[in-house]
Amino acid sequence: MIVTSAYAQSTTTEGAETHDAAAGEVHTETGVAHEGGHGSGVFPPFDSSTFASQLLWLAISFGLFYLLMSKVVMPRIGSILETRQDTIARDLDDASRSKAEADAAIAAYEQELAAAKAKGNAIASEAREAAKAKATADRTAVEVSLNNKISAAEARIADIKTKALADVGAIAEETATAVVEQLIGGKVSKAEIASAVKASAK
Amino acid sequence: MAGDKVDPIHQFVVNKIVPIEIGGIDFSFTNASLFMVATLVVATAFLYLTTSTRSLVPGRMQSVSELSYDFIAKLLREGAGSHGMKFFPMVFSLFMFILTANMLGMVPYFYTITSQIIVTAALALFVIGTVLVYGFYKHGLGFLNVFVPSGVPVILLLIVVPIEIISFLSRPVSLSVRLFANMLAGHITLKVFAGFVASLGTLGALGIGGAVLPLIMTVALTGLEFLVAFLQAYVFAVLTCMYLNDAVHPGGH
Repeated sequence: MIVTSAYAQSTTTEGAETHDAAAGEVHTETGVAHEGGHGSGVFPPFDSSTFASQLLWLAISFGLFYLLMSKVVMPRIGSILETRQDTIARDLDDASRSKAEADAAIAAYEQELAAAKAKGNAIASEAREAAKAKATADRTAVEVSLNNKISAAEARIADIKTKALADVGAIAEETATAVVEQLIGGKVSKAEIASAVKASAK
Repeated sequence: MAGDKVDPIHQFVVNKIVPIEIGGIDFSFTNASLFMVATLVVATAFLYLTTSTRSLVPGRMQSVSELSYDFIAKLLREGAGSHGMKFFPMVFSLFMFILTANMLGMVPYFYTITSQIIVTAALALFVIGTVLVYGFYKHGLGFLNVFVPSGVPVILLLIVVPIEIISFLSRPVSLSVRLFANMLAGHITLKVFAGFVASLGTLGALGIGGAVLPLIMTVALTGLEFLVAFLQAYVFAVLTCMYLNDAVHPGGH
């Protein structure tokens, strides 16, 4: 039966009657408190003499706790989480924007490559066309000059031929005159011989 | 205090540290008051100090604070919907306060304030009071729909409504007694088994051998009690969310 003096005081001020009644009631219920050696004999959680003080101090401590949570701690944790979420969202945004930029750069690069290829092909085919045209022109020029030379040569041949043929007539007349003189010893007129040659030449 | 006998009830005795009396009512600062204040200080200090760096990438301790915040936020959003989020500070405070009080109670020689029925009853009445005040303030008499489940035939309502009323009235009782009884019974059991170790240990060699069994039991029970300490805080928070859901959406069940 050892109790703090303060506790003993409080039970006496409470009034002996109610206290005894409570003690007796709990003794029968628990049977432990009696042997437990407590001054009041009441099962401590059911000792109503402590209720007022417990309620007051619970109200003070929990009230203060609630105030600190709602005004200080929770806004702080909330802002930490919000900041983190914002940062993550911003980073994701940046990443997707960078990716879009990279994609655009790749597309531009490919477009330029295609353009360059097309330009290269155009230049090559143009050069090929030009070379072909030049070759054709050269060939026709050469052909024209060759044809000219051929026709000039042909004209000269024809000229020489007619001249030669004309010479052949004169030679034939002379020869015929000489032959006739030798054969018949007489003179034959030039006109007769010329007509005879002409007739034989036909 | 109780001589050589181990008294499992002694741990719940409220002792005055600073006697205070106002108007004939005893408001003394007791060991229970001391641990209420200790709960306030420990929980606040933990949450305040671990988040003081406001790191973008949280450390371990900051993670614990953030996880408990997220945990209760998710619990409340699932339990009472987004309209219930205005009660977030209340549920978070209740959960952290009870959890810290329960955990502090696990430290040897520390007082377990949640093993006092008056404390758990006050917390439970605070919850139910909030439900009632907010429910009637927000919905007026429409709050009474909470006793009338939708989609029930009129004849059945004669049976269902009284049941709903009884279940509503039993809420503060079950809410407070569950926490109180769990903490009380757990601590008594621990003390009893630990007492066996001491009692058997004095009986010589055979007793020491026999004391091993309750020792193992005590170790196992201590682990279990840590689980119960968390679980009861969690259950209190879950039920608070459920009851607040009634205040936010009466007749929505």
